[in-house]
Amino acid sequence: MSRRPEPVQVVKQRRDAALESLVAGVPYIQFLGVQFDRRGDELTAVLPFRDDLIGNPFLPAIHGGVTAGFLEITALVGLGWSMIWDEIEGATPKGEAGPLRLPKTIDFTIDYLRSGLPRDAYARARITRSGRRYASVQVEAWQDNRDRPFAQAMGHFLMPKRPAKDDG
Amino acid sequence: MSMPPDPSKIQTPEEMLRVAREFMEALPHAKALNISLDQLGDGRAEFSMPYDERLVGDPETGVLHGGAVSALLDSACGAAVIAHPDNGGGTATLDLRIDYMRAATPGQALVAQAHCYQVTRSVAFVRAVALDDDRDRPVASATGAFTFTVKP
Repeated sequence: MSRRPEPVQVVKQRRDAALESLVAGVPYIQFLGVQFDRRGDELTAVLPFRDDLIGNPFLPAIHGGVTAGFLEITALVGLGWSMIWDEIEGATPKGEAGPLRLPKTIDFTIDYLRSGLPRDAYARARITRSGRRYASVQVEAWQDNRDRPFAQAMGHFLMPKRPAKDDG
Repeated sequence: MSMPPDPSKIQTPEEMLRVAREFMEALPHAKALNISLDQLGDGRAEFSMPYDERLVGDPETGVLHGGAVSALLDSACGAAVIAHPDNGGGTATLDLRIDYMRAATPGQALVAQAHCYQVTRSVAFVRAVALDDDRDRPVASATGAFTFTVKP
């Protein structure tokens, strides 16, 4: 194999465009203002702090529903990203896997470990199992200190049906 | 929801609902979601949230994102704890599990009904459902544990 490696900018542009296609079209992700920081295939979700994310103005603390939504977005985008990665990288020919449909949440359990402070939050998802029909994902969110998560979550997801090559 | 109005100073159910509504309206994220408090008392709370295109999770179908449903359910559960007769303070969510039974019908408001059905000296247990116009088929249900302080 004497194929030359692609220029780094071409690779980055392709990956960033694929990530953007997952995130940009979802109104709720824009409503919360969630962004994704990509390093290779690793995604970190970022929730920049805004006043209207506050649930309890007396503490003040981020609304529990915002934390839940942030973690669920992180899990769903993480799953979607893992589904399209092979296609972006050319392991699966483009289009062969069919149009992308995001997985559907079956259930989602959030542990609130500390109150969410009025500052930026970060989260990463770990796909613990991804099968043809079901997937299990763990998510952890932190603020100032990676070793002191303020919330963690576990969810089960129904994977979208993608056209199988064999049975047409 | 950790510092609600002092429940010991509230006399009638009507007054409790009025004070709780004012408290709710001061919560920035509840305001952002246009959540309203419809009923409150005796360990039960009913909240509603109008359909809003900003909260859509699937742009192809217009179905609301689970996160918005979670925010509504979390708010209703917290309020049900506050409204428990033995409650003596604020509350915070310890954990919350949401089961998504079906997609919420686009264009329809969601209603969350929460019931704080059991409390100990330090923990409150809550169940809730989220409904759209088809009241016989819940959109989602929630089970949660919340911090609890017994009235002195």
